[in-house]
Amino acid sequence: MPRSKLLLEAVSFAVLVALVWIAPHHVSDFHARELASVGVYFIALLGLAILTGYSGQISLGNGAFMAVGGYTTAILSVDHGVRDVWTIPIAGVVAGIAGLLVGIPAVRLSGVYLALVTFGIAVAFPQLLKKYTHFTGGTTGKILTLPKAELGVHTTPNRWLYYLSWAIALVLLVAAWALVRGKAGRTMQAVRDSEVAAVSSGINVALVKTLAFGISAFYAGIAGALYAMSVFYVNPDTFPILLSIWLLVGLAAGGVGSLAGLIGGAALVYYLQNHADAVARWGNHLPGLSLDPKQPGIPSIIFGAVLIIVMLALPAGVGGLMRRVLRPLTSRLYSRS
Amino acid sequence: MIVVAFTWAEFAEQVAAGLASGAVYASLALALVLIFRTTGAINFAQGEMATFTTFIAWSLMNHGLGFWAAFPIVLVIAFVGGIGIERTLMRPFERGPVVSAAIVTLGLALVLNGLMSVIWGGADRTFNGGFSTRTVKIAGAHISIQYIGMVAVLFVLVALLAVFFRFTKVGLALRAASLNPDSSRLVGIRVGWMFALGWGLAAVVGAIAGLMIAPIESLGPDMMQVILLYAFAAAVLGGLDSPVGAVVGGLLLGLVITLLGRYVGYVGQTLKLPVALLLILALLVVRPGGLFGRVAARRV
Amino acid sequence: MRAVPLLEVDDVSKRFGGIVALDGISLDVGAGEIVGLIGPNGAGKTTAFNVITRLSAPDSGDVRFDGETLLRTRPNAVVRRGIARTFQNVELFRGLTVAENVRVGAHARRGEHSVDDVIYYVGISSVRHRLADGLPYGTQKRVELARALASSPRLILLDEPAGGLNHEEVEDLGAFLRRFRTDFDVTILLVEHHMGLVMGLADRVHVLDFGRKIAEGTPREVQADPAVIQAYLGTAA
Repeated sequence: MPRSKLLLEAVSFAVLVALVWIAPHHVSDFHARELASVGVYFIALLGLAILTGYSGQISLGNGAFMAVGGYTTAILSVDHGVRDVWTIPIAGVVAGIAGLLVGIPAVRLSGVYLALVTFGIAVAFPQLLKKYTHFTGGTTGKILTLPKAELGVHTTPNRWLYYLSWAIALVLLVAAWALVRGKAGRTMQAVRDSEVAAVSSGINVALVKTLAFGISAFYAGIAGALYAMSVFYVNPDTFPILLSIWLLVGLAAGGVGSLAGLIGGAALVYYLQNHADAVARWGNHLPGLSLDPKQPGIPSIIFGAVLIIVMLALPAGVGGLMRRVLRPLTSRLYSRS
Repeated sequence: MIVVAFTWAEFAEQVAAGLASGAVYASLALALVLIFRTTGAINFAQGEMATFTTFIAWSLMNHGLGFWAAFPIVLVIAFVGGIGIERTLMRPFERGPVVSAAIVTLGLALVLNGLMSVIWGGADRTFNGGFSTRTVKIAGAHISIQYIGMVAVLFVLVALLAVFFRFTKVGLALRAASLNPDSSRLVGIRVGWMFALGWGLAAVVGAIAGLMIAPIESLGPDMMQVILLYAFAAAVLGGLDSPVGAVVGGLLLGLVITLLGRYVGYVGQTLKLPVALLLILALLVVRPGGLFGRVAARRV
Repeated sequence: MRAVPLLEVDDVSKRFGGIVALDGISLDVGAGEIVGLIGPNGAGKTTAFNVITRLSAPDSGDVRFDGETLLRTRPNAVVRRGIARTFQNVELFRGLTVAENVRVGAHARRGEHSVDDVIYYVGISSVRHRLADGLPYGTQKRVELARALASSPRLILLDEPAGGLNHEEVEDLGAFLRRFRTDFDVTILLVEHHMGLVMGLADRVHVLDFGRKIAEGTPREVQADPAVIQAYLGTAA
């Protein structure tokens, strides 16, 4: 990689760090928390980008790995008195192990079958949470304590969540960048583009694919832990199947260009997850349309319509990404010198 | 594991119930396979489409029509609706990647689900089906006529589809269009409309599944959601591109999870779904293309 | 030279369902040789390549490299034993640049040739930072060759290297392969339809037809063999 490009990436990263640092000084406490959530989705998207964008494996179930992370944090902090900050790495590792376990059989599957199996896992996981009540709190789930600033930082819980999420997100961004720009990234993309050629070039395809699942799940687990901390509770509905779908949409929308570009995708995911009513109010400006966001069914219609419109409106991004499950656009920044 | 008191008569009744729900999974799986084979898409909206048409049947019956009078009307509506969805929503993704199309169908599922809540409300409703709920006594077991009817409907459906695909010109054209769209275009087959026809047929088959299950499950916007998952599982089990596989997979799955839920106390109601998925995952590891699928295992 | 074959395929059979792709094939390649594997379509040439590189397991028989069986070597470890290959329909890593493709080949490098050397040698320096996808077909074939060479193999299997090339390119390829056998000290086994190339290049030729070996010898001997003429005329008719 030429130095000029490395320099450009270093400068971009510095700008990003600066933006992350100053942003909370210019927004309300509530908005800081919103931005914290964007950081959380960003982490999840980084993991999905490694799995889908680089190793070419589709996952409709990364929300389930987030759930594993979220529950790890909840169980450790509520039942075992571990301080929530320290549960975050553990949540990542536990989810990562779950990812490896899923990755092993997934190695044998491709395309549609893998999509359906991961979808199935995401759907079935809440059932497991409901079954093992003594461990997970069943349908009520677990209530976490309000996060409190630690490590010598003194600020509001929302701003604390913001700094924590983004500090972790930036570290994980650098880690992901270091991973994909070198030999490991090349190896994953080789597997994605041609398995036979990868094997003949000496690559252990099964190992690479399984590890990609593990790494992706590690990221999701960290995101899940932070998510649980930021909503103060977990229950089987905290990580719905739709979350996994939004992540894929976020990857598609944000994945054009660079890993840092996923922040845009993360913002989209956050907005879609939380602001159906805003979309409804916006829709009411259209002539002849009168939507009551509180009426049952309306949010669902809006979610669905937005999903369809996003897919239709972003043919370059979304279609491009999906085609590049064989060849992602995300690779461009790192491979074109 | 707790084994519940066992009698052969009850076992036979459980088998009948399992096959009946299996017949519904099989029909919906068949609808999924129809779309997958013709267009290569996974249709996550198949369940909500079926529920929607079932609600239409419910409305018609509320206006005084009998079940069997509403039945053909609903199927025609489903057919037209299926074609309409393909021509408008799915068409831009015909040549696009599979996952984009799948996400669009998810969006469609959400829209339909919301529409049902808005139009018919979220409350569950009872739905009187076309078969008597009385039982007949066969070898000491009380088997519901409804169950027998459900399985019979499945077999009639399969027979009709087989005749359609094998012996009609349109059926042949549809198969050709899905196998090789480009060559089919060259011989004058209107491939786009064949895809639409695939969606139309799938909507009809799904509608039948909805009409069969509604008397058992109560009718609400979410009625088909879990059933759709079982249908996916059944389709994957049989091999996504195999109609025979869908039927066998559906019946097998219905049977296995009914018996597991009844006789293996630990599995019960909550774990039925995870256990079913685990079994299928295990099968896929051995046979990545399902029982009847054509996807060969890749050796790497 | 024939005393110590580098590669020995010993009575190998492979069937797919009811189709016998390889029916008791034996062949050998001596160190430093250029050996052609020819035969009409469907003769089993690519299957033979897949068996040698372990992408496909034979039903019976043995494949030995340097006197030791290859059948206990995992598919991804074959390259580390010194066997690299190209593919009939060009299997490049399309989302990677040319240089990155070659670098992946060098992950399993055994010898001293650097990625840059190989890229220069194969003549793709000018496109080294371009994505592999979208390059002209002939260039893609060179990239594939460079990727295979980057592992410094002792034996390289080329699956139809002349396929899709024009007349001039084929002549260049022949000269290139002869040169690079010496420069890289490598043994070459190639499947090829282009008779002119094989006959002018190969030291020896094995002829397959319907999964069986029907002839073996120097290009001149094979060309005169009635069974070979029969096989080719039979499919041409």
